[in-house]
Amino acid sequence: MADETIARRNFLLGAGLAGTAVAAGLAQSETAEAQTPADAAKAAAAAAKPPAPPPQSPDARLLLNETEFAFVAAVVDTLIPVDELSPSGSDCGCAVYIDRALASAWGGGAKMYRAGPYFKGKPEQGYQLPLSPAEFVQAGIAAANAWTRKTYGKDFDRLDAGKRIEALKAMQEGKAEFENFSSRALFARLYAMTMEGFFGDPIYGGNRNMASWKMLGFPGLPATYAHLIDAYRDKRYVAPPQSIADFS
Amino acid sequence: MTITLKETDAVVVGVGWTGSIMARELTKAGLNVVGLERGAKRMPRDNFTIPSVRDDLKYAVRQELFQDAQLETVSLRHSPSETALPIRRLGSFLPGTDLGGAGSHWNGMTWRILPSDHKLRSHLTERYGKNAIPEEMTVEDFPVSYDELEPYYDKFEKLCGVSGKAGNLRGKIIDGGNVFEGPRQNDYPNPPLTRSMAGTIMEKASRDLGYHPFPAPSSNASEVYTNFEGLTLGACEYCGHCERFGCEANAKASPNVCILPALLADPKFELRTYAQVKELVYDKAAKKVTAVRYVDTRTGEEYEQPAGLVILGAYVFNNTLLMLTAGIGEPYDYKTGKGAVGKNYCYQVSGNSVTVFFGDKEINPFMASGAHGVLIDDFNGDNFDHAGLGFFGGAWIQAGPTNGRPIATRPVPPGTPAWGREWKKATAQWYNHAFNIGASGCNYAHRENFLDLDPTYRDALGRPLIRMSYNFRDNDRKLADYIGGVLGRLAKAMNPTHMSTPSTQRGDYNVVPYQSTHNTGGTMTGTDPKTSVVNRYLQAWNADNLFVVGASVFPQNASYNPTGIVGALSYYAAEAITTKYLKSPGPLVHA
Repeated sequence: MADETIARRNFLLGAGLAGTAVAAGLAQSETAEAQTPADAAKAAAAAAKPPAPPPQSPDARLLLNETEFAFVAAVVDTLIPVDELSPSGSDCGCAVYIDRALASAWGGGAKMYRAGPYFKGKPEQGYQLPLSPAEFVQAGIAAANAWTRKTYGKDFDRLDAGKRIEALKAMQEGKAEFENFSSRALFARLYAMTMEGFFGDPIYGGNRNMASWKMLGFPGLPATYAHLIDAYRDKRYVAPPQSIADFS
Repeated sequence: MTITLKETDAVVVGVGWTGSIMARELTKAGLNVVGLERGAKRMPRDNFTIPSVRDDLKYAVRQELFQDAQLETVSLRHSPSETALPIRRLGSFLPGTDLGGAGSHWNGMTWRILPSDHKLRSHLTERYGKNAIPEEMTVEDFPVSYDELEPYYDKFEKLCGVSGKAGNLRGKIIDGGNVFEGPRQNDYPNPPLTRSMAGTIMEKASRDLGYHPFPAPSSNASEVYTNFEGLTLGACEYCGHCERFGCEANAKASPNVCILPALLADPKFELRTYAQVKELVYDKAAKKVTAVRYVDTRTGEEYEQPAGLVILGAYVFNNTLLMLTAGIGEPYDYKTGKGAVGKNYCYQVSGNSVTVFFGDKEINPFMASGAHGVLIDDFNGDNFDHAGLGFFGGAWIQAGPTNGRPIATRPVPPGTPAWGREWKKATAQWYNHAFNIGASGCNYAHRENFLDLDPTYRDALGRPLIRMSYNFRDNDRKLADYIGGVLGRLAKAMNPTHMSTPSTQRGDYNVVPYQSTHNTGGTMTGTDPKTSVVNRYLQAWNADNLFVVGASVFPQNASYNPTGIVGALSYYAAEAITTKYLKSPGPLVHA
């Protein structure tokens, strides 16, 4: 079963990177060509006007490994299932958002007081662990997969849709008993991050194509309504949403 | 090695609202003033521009403009018998940092407190009897009356170009304003902001119930406005990116827009950023603070800045910390009730809210200003009879979204799951059809709610953290239950399709969810050096040349957002310094 899991994930990884690999290959052969003497003039021209960089894979990852990313993708797809209102959580980029956020300064523990000593404390005293958000989520994913393997015989991302819902509910309610880890706390963190990814500006990798803003009717930027607030009293204001990238 | 600098006339610790006002008034009086700001120099033209200023994740969620808890935080225990633990990630309150402080990213609610709040203990005793105030409720009078402070409230409102409608103009009660406010000599400098759809619904429901709705007093200018410093505010764009954000339109009053351009142009003022004040140098025998020690966080170098006059204009916690670490005044002891530094720390009873949903109404929550709700004050302070209620105080109640930014604002009717298909459907369905009615409650001082120094945890400069001993008490919970009832009546009067159950304040104080950055007390003002830290002019009883300015001087939290009161007190203290203290340096009040 373990081998099967790896094979499937490698396939997913390969599919995600295919566009990049092809583009990188082209760039390499162009460079090789330019180094032949006959193409010296062409090379000079190329140096004067460098080719556009190859398109980046929107799924390129910074922090999470394949197992972790598969877990996160399965979580965001369960929280935000595909339907007529929007694509799935991972198709909206929520898993990529979470990977990038965990790799950011915030994920590394920026703006968090991290000095010891550490005590469990009461829930009302807030987070009291030495782990950064990235370390917390990674440790949590390991604990969650260990629990689903024990409970269902598989990693979370291998469960069918119904079992994923059941497992996530158990985590949400704190009924999933992870070893040395709070399932409720992991769920709360993943839930918050999924919503940030789904509803935040697309510049962070989630909310692709402003899917959630279209779903809600949130117009995004530039948000100047002084001349509209009276005119649209009790009338729906509809405008195609615009994001940071549209003004950059 | 500490490098000692040349003495200056005055040094200001923290360059937010209070520091900017004090420095401006002192330089106008001819003093050379050094402003020490721990953060960076942040001005709207560089930092608050489209499109990056409209970044919900960066500003509202990741707290870009707030204090770095990695370097400085406070610890919490619910009672003195417990062990305090550090607040590792800011949540419940969010102190600002950088030039302008929280003044550059507040919502702009700009209040005066009620005349009865100015003399709370006397007022409650007069109205309800000598034994009405429970022994553990250590509320006090402000030594400055409403009438004395009125001209200074007026001045701060004119600095900010506050938009609003008077409810009491020189004693004449005006319908449509806050009829409970104290008499004001002048109306607000700007007319009220345009009401939101939610405000329209709130206005009607509260009138139907016989209450007295009025527009929020707002430091988001409704019109272009030039203040007495010659500085101009733009008109509010209702962009829905206010609290936690800088203002792209320069319509939100901030030190950065309303004072600093004038102050920074004055050669008598020197701003030092990345200057983190570590401690005060206190000469106990002479009753003077002789210098301020700070670290330049770009070099790690430590400096000592001697000064004739020292103004503490940091947030509540740092004002209190600097007093405690310097040993100025007697630390409060909750067992004996003796000492005053750290006493009467108060917060806000803000657990009250109800969400209303209307199938047939369009709310457009994203067309919003930080402070343009419709409010009622009928159930605040002592505006209603408390006989037999078992609590004192109340709350202002408001409807009107401050934003429709969807990471946080997307209400769904009660009973909706938190995720999955059904949640998505409800989220899409109700986003434009719902809003919140919220309340911001008084928090009256309690004998066991106080600040002192944490014995275990230290900040990045090696100083003890401020330890907060704090919980909601009987008075707070009863108050919240009562206000919850009012919210329920208001919601029902709106005849919504759905409504949530009005929330109250049942559990222990929780540092995780945001509630309010209206922390008050720790260096309270009073008439008796034994029970207060500063006199009516905010001059420290135990250091004549030290003035502590900010909400840390409040004897209790009167529910109202503190900035208006803090601004008025700053002008009041500045005038006392320039007209009295400079002529005859020494104690301004002889106890």
